Amino acid sequence: MAASAGAGNATRGNAQGAAGAVGSGKGGSGGGTLSSALFYVFLFLFVLVSVAPLLWVFKMSIVQKSEVTATPPTILPQSFTGQSYSTIFSDASFQKALINSIIIAGVTTVVCLFFGAIAAYAIARLRFNFKNLVMTLILAISFFPAVAIIAPLFIQFRAIGLINTYWSAIIADTVFALPLTIWILVSFFKELPPDLEEAAKIDGATTLQAFRKVIVPLAAPGVFTTAILTFIFAWNEFLFAATFLYEESVQPVTVRIPNFATVYTVDYGAQAAAAVVVTVPLVILVLIFQRRIVSGLTAGAVKG
Amino acid sequence: MTTASGSKKRGGLFQELRNPERRLAYYMVLPALLIILAVAVYPIGVSVYLSLFDARINNVGEFVGLQNYVDMFGNNDFRDGLTNTLIFTVVSVFIEFVIGLAIALAINRAFKGRGLVRAAVLVPWAFPTVISAVMWRLMFQDQVGIINYAATSLGVISQPILSDQTLLLIAAIVVDVWKTTPFMALLLLAGLQTIPADVYEAARVDGANVFQRFFRITLPLLKGTILVAVLFRTLDSYRVFDLFFVMGQRELESLSTFVYKSVRVSQILFSVGNAAAVFTFVTAFLIALFFIYGLGMQTSTEDS
Repeated sequence: MAASAGAGNATRGNAQGAAGAVGSGKGGSGGGTLSSALFYVFLFLFVLVSVAPLLWVFKMSIVQKSEVTATPPTILPQSFTGQSYSTIFSDASFQKALINSIIIAGVTTVVCLFFGAIAAYAIARLRFNFKNLVMTLILAISFFPAVAIIAPLFIQFRAIGLINTYWSAIIADTVFALPLTIWILVSFFKELPPDLEEAAKIDGATTLQAFRKVIVPLAAPGVFTTAILTFIFAWNEFLFAATFLYEESVQPVTVRIPNFATVYTVDYGAQAAAAVVVTVPLVILVLIFQRRIVSGLTAGAVKG
Repeated sequence: MTTASGSKKRGGLFQELRNPERRLAYYMVLPALLIILAVAVYPIGVSVYLSLFDARINNVGEFVGLQNYVDMFGNNDFRDGLTNTLIFTVVSVFIEFVIGLAIALAINRAFKGRGLVRAAVLVPWAFPTVISAVMWRLMFQDQVGIINYAATSLGVISQPILSDQTLLLIAAIVVDVWKTTPFMALLLLAGLQTIPADVYEAARVDGANVFQRFFRITLPLLKGTILVAVLFRTLDSYRVFDLFFVMGQRELESLSTFVYKSVRVSQILFSVGNAAAVFTFVTAFLIALFFIYGLGMQTSTEDS
């Protein structure tokens, strides 16, 4: 599902900065300082809109109750309290939900990487017919509406006793995360020079040994990026968890937190704090690995 | 490495399996394919099968032909869901595309603070949809919501946003645009960077102005990327579930929420829900076919 054959360069270009892409197309010629000032105003607004909801909800989570409901609302925090966070963290069901999320997303990531890396290597490096068929099937799966299979899966999972266990969510999440994993890994594997495996094979290694000893270590950064993306995907999943996990003790945060609107009816600060706690780890991951994530995402989507 | 059988001969599967390298490739792809077949393709078949019976969650019931589909179209909630899904998909993808392209064009150059902008772009994308719905709900809310407060003081709205179906749908579109425009911009930016700078230089030398360069060079060369990005977003919006379910507190209907409620919550709508599940799947499939055959989207760059 590629845009163009040159997309591989695009992703690298992205990491490097688009310095040469359009050259001095706009910035250099004409307008000078005025246009570049406008440009930065535009950028500032764009960044502000992107992060404003998080900042606002963060503010709600750290101010006192009287300020949360104040009319007119305050823009900058005027009071401070850790009350909302202690409410949330003393809620045992919230802690359990966090652990459940980590287990479900973590196991899904490991399973996807294992099966995904093997399949992606074959697709990227080995020759076989039906490759396009396989790739098309994999891609089609990742975009079909998940609701189309929740009823049959529910019946199946109930028959084998998986309802209200982590495995029901992990198995279903894996099917939708695996295509993502494979597509991104294929594009990372293709960027590695083939000479190294050739050399390993000449030295007597089998294809599988070459894969394990040469490709996997070399592709480690790409595999790591894929792991982050798969983890974020599984961490954010809601539909399957809501369908198969109706007992509170196994629900992940995505299912628990919307219920806080009825648990902490008027405690908006606590609801805000819960949202912040679930988001912050992802925001930190994104800030640290933004460059890699962008190249992984665009590789998976534009190229693949 | 190149063996005679590695040439481009299209053999059947049995011939393929005689070649050790190809056999290995199939073994490597097989586990991932089996997972996909067992947990996605097979259940789709079951959904189709169930949709032709007067099924309950516990038994298959009598064969009723297409009666479930007739009942489905007669169901008001289903019709609301279909209308809302169509409006949501068309409007949000259109806005995301226009703004996304504008942003991509603007930041397709070297400037200070690229990393910051890229990180800010990724923040909404990394949010769990459910959590962004919770956060925005807090902002749209009539007690503590800053947006509801601002809109009321400006006289834009006369009733609380969350209690009105139309305003809720608009709010859902706003959240979706906020969350996924950056992603659209990233994809389009990666596509823009594949366009070589000398094409623009040549056009400039020939006296082409900004608009000519945009419509004659940028858009045609970007067509592949645009189609991929828009198809991805369209299929993603079409199956919207989390956002409607949480923002609308189960009041705002989409195709997916209708299926979920029918097959998981309601006892009597199970068979209609199966019909709606199949309907959602088939129509999503038709959308993809339209992009590939109707709009000429390239589906592969596989060279082997």
